[in-house]
Amino acid sequence: MNAYVLKGGHVYDPLNNIDGEKMDIYIAGGKIVEEPPKGAKVIDVSGKVVMPGGICIHSHIAGGKVNSGRMLRPEDHRRDNIPKKGQLRSGVGYTVPTTFVTGYRFAAMGYTTVFEPAVPPLKARHTHEEFQDTPILDHGGFVLTGNNWFVLNYVKNNEMDKLAAFIAWLLWATKCYAVKIVNPGGVESWGWGKNVNGLDDKVPYFDVTPREIVTALSYVNEKLGLPHTIHVHGNNLGQPGNYEITLETMEAVREIKASKGRRSVLHFTHIQFNAYAGTSWKDFASGAQEIANYVNKHDHVTIDIGQVIFGDATTMTADGPWEFALRQITRGNKWVNSDVELETGSGIVPYVFRRTVPVNAVQWAIGLELMLSVNDLYKVCLTTDHPNGGPFYFYPKIISWLVSRKARNEELEKVHKAAIEKTTLKDLDKEYNLYEVAIVTRAAQAKILGLKDRGHLGPGAKGDVAVYDIDPTKVNLSSSPELVEKAFSAAAYTFKDGEIVVKDGEVIATPQGSTIWVKVKKLEEMMPLIEEDLKEMWKHYTISLNNYPVQMEYLPKSEMVEV
Amino acid sequence: MGKVELTPIEKPHIPIEAEVISPDIFAGKSLEEIGDLEVWRGNRKKKLKEVFKISGDAGKTPGETTIIVNGDASFIKRIGQGMTAGEILIKGNVGMHVGAEMRGGKIVVEGNADHWAGAGMKAGILHIKGNAGNYLGGNYRGDIGMSALQKGVYGTIIVEGNAGDEVGAWMADGKIIIKGNVGAFAGVHMSGGNIIVYGDAAERVGGEMKGGTIVIMGQLSELLPSFEYKGEVNEVSIDGEKMLGPFLTFVGDLAEDGKGTLYLLKEKNAHLI
Ligand SMILES: [Zn+2]
Repeated sequence: MNAYVLKGGHVYDPLNNIDGEKMDIYIAGGKIVEEPPKGAKVIDVSGKVVMPGGICIHSHIAGGKVNSGRMLRPEDHRRDNIPKKGQLRSGVGYTVPTTFVTGYRFAAMGYTTVFEPAVPPLKARHTHEEFQDTPILDHGGFVLTGNNWFVLNYVKNNEMDKLAAFIAWLLWATKCYAVKIVNPGGVESWGWGKNVNGLDDKVPYFDVTPREIVTALSYVNEKLGLPHTIHVHGNNLGQPGNYEITLETMEAVREIKASKGRRSVLHFTHIQFNAYAGTSWKDFASGAQEIANYVNKHDHVTIDIGQVIFGDATTMTADGPWEFALRQITRGNKWVNSDVELETGSGIVPYVFRRTVPVNAVQWAIGLELMLSVNDLYKVCLTTDHPNGGPFYFYPKIISWLVSRKARNEELEKVHKAAIEKTTLKDLDKEYNLYEVAIVTRAAQAKILGLKDRGHLGPGAKGDVAVYDIDPTKVNLSSSPELVEKAFSAAAYTFKDGEIVVKDGEVIATPQGSTIWVKVKKLEEMMPLIEEDLKEMWKHYTISLNNYPVQMEYLPKSEMVEV
Repeated sequence: MGKVELTPIEKPHIPIEAEVISPDIFAGKSLEEIGDLEVWRGNRKKKLKEVFKISGDAGKTPGETTIIVNGDASFIKRIGQGMTAGEILIKGNVGMHVGAEMRGGKIVVEGNADHWAGAGMKAGILHIKGNAGNYLGGNYRGDIGMSALQKGVYGTIIVEGNAGDEVGAWMADGKIIIKGNVGAFAGVHMSGGNIIVYGDAAERVGGEMKGGTIVIMGQLSELLPSFEYKGEVNEVSIDGEKMLGPFLTFVGDLAEDGKGTLYLLKEKNAHLI
């Protein structure tokens, strides 16, 4: 293993309160160390920005749904060819890149850890197989639970101990990191040709409500002391007026006690898609200020954005009924919709966000409104909900909008006037500095995910570091957004586990990333509670219980977090 | 007006991908710059001057530029892909994807064209004097086929000889005229535009078509059962081009609730009703 001294860079490490200070960073044994290591290679990074490796809390990069998206969109790949280069594999983009291209492009932006936010338990093996084929990045999955029959039954019978045991078992069986909820109750209702529209609507047969599902899972999540909160894709996603149910969902878990080390009990994901005011597509407007107000007043929720990027997107989610609705909206676009036995559903529809379409213009503005209106940035993560709002490799573009009102206004002039009339974006004068950029792209993400040795550069942290070629003492971010975009698009260096993987924006090494997953220490003790239920319910499954859990062979580099 | 002549130097084992052979790219460039343009041969890059002897002068704009390819270009793919203006004259056979995704201008192929000629074309003229392969004016996977650049502006493909299977697949607008015969699945998935076949057609014409018109002046071997007979008409007129019947008229493909029209010359197709 090599040792390095990164000499003279401007360091932005918000979790250690370091704000652009000129200082050296030492790397040895794959970690950040306190003292200059012996025999270290010195790399001059003066005039450059040094940050912890980027972290993405929510990008659909691996698994059955992503792969179906690839198969559905050959035209998408044809427009974005990446030839083989040296040791790098050939591949394709555009919205649903191959696993290898996903790894290369994230790393080139200085990102080192990415979470796949929708793992259907039955398809977990597929997700892990693609994780293995996604180079460089550390990764983890969030397991879908909000429409699982075990969960619905335990909620119905108010058996919280059993629910806790089941969640602990499911995380172990799927080797996942967090509990994901998608359209709670709605996806199961879709199996009956229905959806839920209110927080107190009943799911057919099970007779439980979205409110009960969310609160029960949040309660159990905190009781188990999981590192991340429940990760929620709300009801009525994509529908005009849905900001109200978003706030209701947040309010529903307000009294739940967070586990040690955290104040939040719910992460509301790609909230842009759930921040709409109005009553129809005609009076569609932004509900961003209502959401931001709530988030500013309460500490029990965190959010990520799901920023819209104009151009091609591929929507993919476990929210089967929403994808059906979107298929109708796009007047019969090609699509996929599937049911995952007792567990969840899923759907895929290609979509184009257009500057000239009023609704799309408002959606674009809402994401930025939210990022500019929440006061405590430790509650916000920058995401595009890749590839739902747009491809992840537009993060540098989004950063340029955040740091520069000029850049936002230039775009605002190009889009439909609804973005000015139906949102507050035009009036928001906040401009991010690099410290704040570092929060929403790594520090907040690490904190919200409960990652201890990532997202900062303190001694003992992983040697995951990004160096960007932009001199904060010389460049005015606000007036030079294009330089910001350029610098964040192609990291001068990306270090992964203490080794250089990217130099001058080019990937030069492709190590295997780690799979981060959670094991509940008391799982064995809890198992007797649910063993009978597992056997009984397994009569309905197409595979045997013994063949269900993902075996460790699927995790060539396992990083188990015990709680 | 500028004119650039390309003469193939030798016929390589591996085909060359040469979408750079386009008036849009040649225009305003010196011969040296044109010679340095990159083409792919398999997974290796080559310079255009390693593949062709190059002479002449390019025009200032694409519209003022004509490219002449002398000799056999059957191993050169993607000539004129995406071009918007100007002309390309190919004096022999040409490889796959000639004129694919054209948006204007004109390409004349004096010999035969390989598969995917004019695929996804949006405007301009592609005139093939020999035969064409499969997917003529067809679509690339996941995309629609020929469509309009804007309302009323669309591409035209004329083939003097025969064409292969899936002519005009997923076509949404535009016109394909085949003087000879076509293979199976002509107009499969089409939603608009016109296909006129002066020769015979193999089976499954118009499979899953939703709109558009197909005229067959020769014999159709077999008609899909999901087309409904609507009676006879005496003549069909497409863009002022009149064809004398009488024609048998069918509408389909009903399997897709389609409203496409199929005109079959009665004289040759009495076996179908
Ligand atoms: Zn998502």
